[in-house]
This record gives sequence, structure tokens and C-alpha cells, in this order.
Amino acid sequence: MSEPAATATDNRACFELRGASQTLTVMELHHFDPDALERDLRDKIRQAPNFFRDLPLVIGLDHYEGNVADLDFFQLIGICRTHSIQVLGVRGGDDDIRRLARNAALAWLPGGQASTPRAVPEPEQDTAESSEESTPETTSTGAGRLVTQPVRSGQQVYAPEGDLIIMAPVGAGAEVLAAGHIHIYGPLRGRALAGVHGDTSASIFCQSLEAELVSVAGHYKISEDLQGDDWRTPARIRLEGDVLTVDPLTR
Amino acid sequence: MARIIVVTSGKGGVGKTTTSASISTGLAQRGYKTAVIDFDVGLRNLDLIMNCERRVVYDFVNVIQGEATLNQALIRDKRVENLFILPASQTRDKEALTAEGVQKVLDEMSETFDYLVCDSPAGIEHGALMALYHADEAIVVTNPEVSSVRDSDRILGILQSKSRRAEQGMDPVKEHLLLTRYNSERVERGEMLSLEDVNDILSISLLGVIPESQAVLNASNQGSPVILEDESEAGGAYADAVARLLGEERPLRFLDGNKKGFLKRMFGG
Repeated sequence: MSEPAATATDNRACFELRGASQTLTVMELHHFDPDALERDLRDKIRQAPNFFRDLPLVIGLDHYEGNVADLDFFQLIGICRTHSIQVLGVRGGDDDIRRLARNAALAWLPGGQASTPRAVPEPEQDTAESSEESTPETTSTGAGRLVTQPVRSGQQVYAPEGDLIIMAPVGAGAEVLAAGHIHIYGPLRGRALAGVHGDTSASIFCQSLEAELVSVAGHYKISEDLQGDDWRTPARIRLEGDVLTVDPLTR
Repeated sequence: MARIIVVTSGKGGVGKTTTSASISTGLAQRGYKTAVIDFDVGLRNLDLIMNCERRVVYDFVNVIQGEATLNQALIRDKRVENLFILPASQTRDKEALTAEGVQKVLDEMSETFDYLVCDSPAGIEHGALMALYHADEAIVVTNPEVSSVRDSDRILGILQSKSRRAEQGMDPVKEHLLLTRYNSERVERGEMLSLEDVNDILSISLLGVIPESQAVLNASNQGSPVILEDESEAGGAYADAVARLLGEERPLRFLDGNKKGFLKRMFGG
């Protein structure tokens, strides 16, 4: 049974509604001073011009400390427009602010949690820094992290989202952690913790097992328990059920 | 612009001051205008090894605090031309070394000297951090035993994160390993780590191996840098280390420099 093509087109609804989530940049406003805003915005844009071009922006008012009467959304939109930033709406604030936003033809979004301000790329900062001392030079590709320098005693390297690959020794007293696997192309003499967020399928690979501690998803073994046939040999450490096992890395 | 070299180790008693004295003397002997600076405020002993403790009037801290000029505090060595000593204060504490003060003094010295050798105190506290902060190169003095190697590893990590070069994203500090108090006989008996063991753990370029020697102790007691003892093995090894520091190629000597080892190889099978 075939129907004429024209009828099919007519029958189809002209739109459908779908839920979608989109990451947006929020400008958390602390107070409103048109001149200061204009100046600070220009400074930010100079740091990362491409980031701001036609940027959809939400004005966050959860941390607004100034007087509501000072809030002039028309002026705010104007300042953003001159820098080709598109203000979509307003987040947070009370009923007064909601009314002001509606008058300025801005959408109103329910208040967000008190999240820390981020989003704008500050000039080159390493977010995965966790120890008091900074870590050896690393490059990250996607979620993984690549380290080419030795990890020394007292240093810590953390790959919070993916695998960690280290092309150098991990010294005694050093600590390497990853959400995923840990590959060490060198001896492992310090501590290695894979699957720190609970990924039980994570493994640790090293060219010489001399570790102080190895752990996968919270199951760990200390040096004393590792002094078997695999000590000082290439090895893979993984979870088999609830048991941390060490396998030789044969080629 | 002077090249700033820190002599550091983490662990105490491994031979930092002996090394600072000999390396700076060696550089001066080669014709470079060199100053050796004692950062070990409160426990100074560089001036003892350099045999100038009776000539100390003003010290590093006096200069930092503006109580004396650099020229008043610098002591000219009597044996070697081009060599100057900036002694540490015996009476102040390490906090007297402020970051700005040290920076100011080193900047001023950089204008007239070729090399500044900074003798670091032991540990990883303020004084040690001040000594290594400005370094272009680092001589990491290590004894062939586990705790010394571990501390050296730690100090290498600190050099990579807390030095000026690291903080300002410049080329990293050039790291050299100097293995001191090396006793090949004890290495053979397994009582000491071998050169290979240490290299394997630290994996940085080797500046030299100084054999354990009575000459070092004698020289220290007499207030003379051991590098001036031409005949001694330790003196020769330090001369080699200075040559390598200046980019020359020198074969490693004194690694199996004891007669017993030789006889044992002949007859002991």
C-alpha cells in the first residue's frame, strides 16, 4: 500500500519537542556597574577572543549582592551585544528579578546550585594539580594524561578522568593515580592507584614491579604482599572478582 | 650574566660543602670568576673548609639587610685567583634569607661573576629552597645508599616544581648527579649501591664519582678544598667533574680503584 508523497508530508507534525541539555556559560554577576562590566569583559575577551564570539550567555544572579534596582537588563544586554555575546536568559534571583527579566524579553531559569565560577578559560592552568608540589611536565589528550618525565619522590600525578601513561620511572615515595588504567613504561617503585572512582576493570601495567602499593578500585596490596615471582618483572595488576591479582606481562 | 649552580642533596652529611668548595675552586682555577655562597645560615662551615673563618667580618645576611656592601662581605681566596667566598651568618636564623633579599644579592653578583656556586643546607626547608630557587644548574650530591638516593629523588622533584625556572616556565634546571664517598670494595660486597643502581633510580646525567678517601677528611680539617690535592684520587675526580661541568668529555676513573679488588679478580676467581 503506497500513499502519495504529498499526504505523508502533510501528516507529519511541523515540529516535535525534545528535551536536550546544553552546557552554557553563566556570567555570575556580583554587582552591576556598567563601566566596570564593560572594562572587565573587554579584558576577558582579549584573553580568548574566539571563545566569546557569538557566545550564548546566561546571567547568573545566585551570587548577586548589589541592589536589585540597579539591575538594568537592557543596558547589560547592550554591553554584551557590542561584544557579540548573546544573552539568552537569567538564572536565579527572586520574583522581582523574574519580572525584570520578562520585561527585557529574557528567559528565566530556576536558580542553580552555588557552583564555583568557571567556564572562562583562564590563561593555561592545570586543573589536575593535586599535590602541594606540582607534577612533572604532562600533556593530556582528551581525558587521558601522558607523562614523559620521571615521577619523583613526593610528587603526585593524577588523571582524574581517563588513563595515565608514564614513559619514565615512578620513584619510591611518588604516587600516581588514574580514573582508568595506569601504564608505566619503566619501573614502578612508588604507589599506583588505578580506577580511583571505582572502575573495577582498570589495570596497572609496569615494566618492573617494585611498588610500595598498588590499588585497583580501592582493593590494594602493599609491597610485602607483592614479593612473589612477579617482583621486579614486567607485570599487570588487575581485579579478578574481589581479588587483586598480579599477572606476568609476557610478550 | 653569571651561571648559578646549586649544590644540593636533601640529606645531610653527604658532602655538599666539600663539593661546593672543590667545584668553585676548580672553576676559578680554569679562569672563571667564581663566588661560592654559603646558604647554611646558622650552621656555617664553608668558611672552615675554605680556611677563611678568621677573615669573616660581614656575611650574606648583612648584605641582604643592607648592613654591608657586597664588596665588604666577599672574601678573596688566598690560594686561587678569581675565587671569592660569601660566608653565612652564624648568629641569625634561616628566615633572614628573604626571597627578595637573595634575589637582589644574586642579581648584583651576576653582573660581575661568571659562576655563582650556592652551597645549600640539608633538608627541604626554607634555606634549601632559597638556595635552589635561582639555579640554572644543580649538582645533586648523593651517597651510594638508599636513604641518600631517596632524598636526592625528592630534591629533584622540588627542583622541577619550586625553582624559578619551573615557576616561570623557562628551560628546566640542568641536573647533574655527583656520587660521593663511593667505595668500590663495599659495592662489591653489596654493602653499598652501585653506580648503576643509583643511575637506574635517579636517571639524570652523571657529573662524576668521588671515591671515599682519607684525603677528603684531611683536606677539610686543614681548610683546603680537596681539588687542590692533585695527587689524591678525590682531587682528580673533582677536577674531572669540573671539566664535565664545562662540557668536556672525561672517562670515569677510580670506579674500581683499589688494589684488593684487582688481586681478588686475579686469584679469587
